[in-house]
Amino acid sequence: MSEATVDAGPDDPRKAGKFVYIAAVVLLCAWVLVPLYFLLINTLSSPEAVNAFPKRFVPEFDLGSLTFFAGFEGMLVALKNSILVAAITMVMSITIGAPAGYALSRFDFKGKGLFRLLILLTRAFPLPLLALPLAVMFIRTGLDDTVFGLALVHTTLAIPFAVLITFSLFSGIPIELEEAAWTLGCTRLTAFTKVVFPLILPGITASAIFAFVISWNEVFAAAVLTIENRTLTAFLLQNLDTSPLHLKFAGGFILVVPALIFIFAVRKYLFAMWGIANR
Amino acid sequence: MNPRILPYVLILPVTLFLCLFFLYPFVLVSKQAFSTGAGFTLENFQDVTSHWKFPISFKNTLLLAAAVVPVQLALALLMATMVNGMGRGRDLVLYVWTIPLGISDLAAGIIWLAIFEQSGFLNSMLSGLGVIDKPVSFLSYQHPGVVFLAIALAEIWRATAIMLVILVAGIGLIPKEYYEAAEVFGASPWKRFWRITLPLLRPSLQTALVLRVILAFEIFAVVAALGGTLFPVLMGETYAYQFELLNGGAAAAIALIILAISIGFTLLILRILRVPKGASI
Amino acid sequence: MAEIQIKNIAKRFGTYQALHNIDLTISDQEFMVLLGASGCGKSTLLRIIAGLETPSEGEVWIGGRRIDHLPPKDRGIAMVFQNYAVFPHLTVFENIGFGLRMQKMPNDEVTRRVERTAELMHIEQLTGRYSGELSGGQRQRVAVARALAMEPDVILMDEPLSNLDALLRLEMRAELKGVLAESNTTAIYVTHDQVEAMSLADRISVMHEGRIVQAATPVEVYRNPAERFVASFIGNPPMNFLPATPVKGGQWSVAGQMMDGPSANKALEFAIRPEDLKIADSGLTAVAKVVEPLGAHLLVTCAVEGHQFRAVLDSDLVVKPGETLTFAPLADRVRWFDPDTQKAVA
Repeated sequence: MSEATVDAGPDDPRKAGKFVYIAAVVLLCAWVLVPLYFLLINTLSSPEAVNAFPKRFVPEFDLGSLTFFAGFEGMLVALKNSILVAAITMVMSITIGAPAGYALSRFDFKGKGLFRLLILLTRAFPLPLLALPLAVMFIRTGLDDTVFGLALVHTTLAIPFAVLITFSLFSGIPIELEEAAWTLGCTRLTAFTKVVFPLILPGITASAIFAFVISWNEVFAAAVLTIENRTLTAFLLQNLDTSPLHLKFAGGFILVVPALIFIFAVRKYLFAMWGIANR
Repeated sequence: MNPRILPYVLILPVTLFLCLFFLYPFVLVSKQAFSTGAGFTLENFQDVTSHWKFPISFKNTLLLAAAVVPVQLALALLMATMVNGMGRGRDLVLYVWTIPLGISDLAAGIIWLAIFEQSGFLNSMLSGLGVIDKPVSFLSYQHPGVVFLAIALAEIWRATAIMLVILVAGIGLIPKEYYEAAEVFGASPWKRFWRITLPLLRPSLQTALVLRVILAFEIFAVVAALGGTLFPVLMGETYAYQFELLNGGAAAAIALIILAISIGFTLLILRILRVPKGASI
Repeated sequence: MAEIQIKNIAKRFGTYQALHNIDLTISDQEFMVLLGASGCGKSTLLRIIAGLETPSEGEVWIGGRRIDHLPPKDRGIAMVFQNYAVFPHLTVFENIGFGLRMQKMPNDEVTRRVERTAELMHIEQLTGRYSGELSGGQRQRVAVARALAMEPDVILMDEPLSNLDALLRLEMRAELKGVLAESNTTAIYVTHDQVEAMSLADRISVMHEGRIVQAATPVEVYRNPAERFVASFIGNPPMNFLPATPVKGGQWSVAGQMMDGPSANKALEFAIRPEDLKIADSGLTAVAKVVEPLGAHLLVTCAVEGHQFRAVLDSDLVVKPGETLTFAPLADRVRWFDPDTQKAVA
């Protein structure tokens, strides 16, 4: 379809269509990028400039706001907590989720349908709501207000994705490869470590990063379950009414950075992951 | 190991985990919602629904979902179709369009705050063009329409990407031959979209809509960042009951109401977009 | 010694019976082909021997050792897969040496064996490459080399040539036959291609609906089909069938024509291969419907009293559709089948 349009002659009415098409693409790109650019301007400007009016439309490359952010009481701790929770979530959701993904892709077993339903249910439920009763449960077990406790909730959020994504990744590895390894002297375990694992590693990394971002971005459960050990999102949310603009924008910017890296890192897998996770 | 037991061993960790942190708290939240300390009661529900803020936040949540989701669907479909026919630059454009996928609702709220706040970019632009003399306080009770618009825009900006990804993946699964066949039989691009893409995309549309609608009812941080208390929504009320009013039972009751709405809409979407048996690709 | 004994093997998938109590003995160094249409159970049987599938009943013995309870790695087998299963993350060298490394064989021995088998399969130039850089035919060679490098007692092949194009298949077929004849291993080869089966096999087991209907040499299977199914499956085009009614002791009426046959007293089916017909002055009267000149010969599809009847004739003959032909069957090539039992009648 696109090739036909490229070859169109100069007087072809399709040329106008082509122009509209390109304009629309550029416009939609701008729609995504311009708000991000505004945030960048605010982040790389001094606190005075951020609160001034009217705004300049180019950043002044002043690190004042970011320095203020770093120096703000509790902010660096919150940042550290965010990273910690996300890292634990990443490790837990993959180590717990990947075996199930493997089982779904390789075995037919009784209860498989029920199990898939359980996984899909979790994805269809407003999960952060579960933070409420968990808050009570955690107080009883001493997990309240801990990084690990929150990571458990975030893992619940990330697990359905981990299972479905690894399921689709494992399904992409022909079972013949494993069978060949078995006939060549491998046990189930060595066939996995020598053949399946090396092939799946990039995809696993992508889904691990996905789990990281799910946790990194989560606001509600983090706000409900932490008091002293706030994560960055919870901290920013709590201080929305009181904190100055430049603090909000610098915080917002720090929140956005991993997202940019994440989408870049997993771009190859994004569509493959969803293509099958659909079913 | 015995291949009959192995799959169960492999799914055991997830099952245990989900029982402990999904099913069990779900039971707890239901119990909490239906009790005030002594036996079964609907008191919590009566409490929250009779509160003056409930109808407003209920209406706001639904209104927002009704305004945002259709726009997102249309936008995502448009973007997915545009990307589908793209040759060079496809990867770059897709990367740019999917960036918001990784951005949290809180960050999105803050980003749009930079535009709509009193000294923000919208005011700067308008005053630069001479439309206004002094900055307008858009996000205040004098301008409820603008508050709604800002929240809706932030949501559309942030969460269209997830639909886009699902739909692009779905379109990728439709064999090209169908389009070629339709073209040979004389279908215009527009006809091909309506007669081939949309019907064959139903499974992906289901997933995308269910996911989006559920998330739309959970909207919280965007609203907190942009509207604060000006624009109450259900999830914000849950948070307020839990923290400011320290009323766990009421919070649980609203949580269940959100859940019920979500399930209702999920079933509705699945019903409307169901694929007849054997008619899938 | 690697004689394979399959004793009373059955396989059920739920309520579906994929294999019905199969007994088969394959002698040491024999090349056995399992031939049948898709879904006949031939791959399932092979996978049971490999240990990739568990039988519902029965036993498998290799070289006097019962192996059906062992994992694939302990059965002394090697396998070549339909899609080759060349590991994409390893070089050709490491692919061929994979099984040897699993046995913890010393490095120099691995190198020696890999180089030898690579040379045998004419891929010694490719050992540094990855599977993504190989053509289908080259991948096929790697898969065979990988199996041979194990020096297994038994080599199992599951439609190994079916993904190659026709010319390459012909070339690989001949090569495979040569290499395996030298390797002294017992081979089981699954295919749906009867020409492949005929060309490779010492013996063919024709399978149908989860049963082995005939296990015999290619010539025997072709000349003396044990069942009507075999006669209608083997040969291209397959055998012609016509109803036959007994007249008196050993005399039969076939399409109004008197023929000598077995001395039975019930209706039988007369069968003859299309190439075993000669044009004659008297015999079966047929009306030509479709005439296909195939170069080496002429394929004529006719009707004999409403029954479809094919003849393979000399390509010099000129036959027009609608023409009436008279065929004389070669007497010693005529076969008879019982329509009730489907078995051949002598």
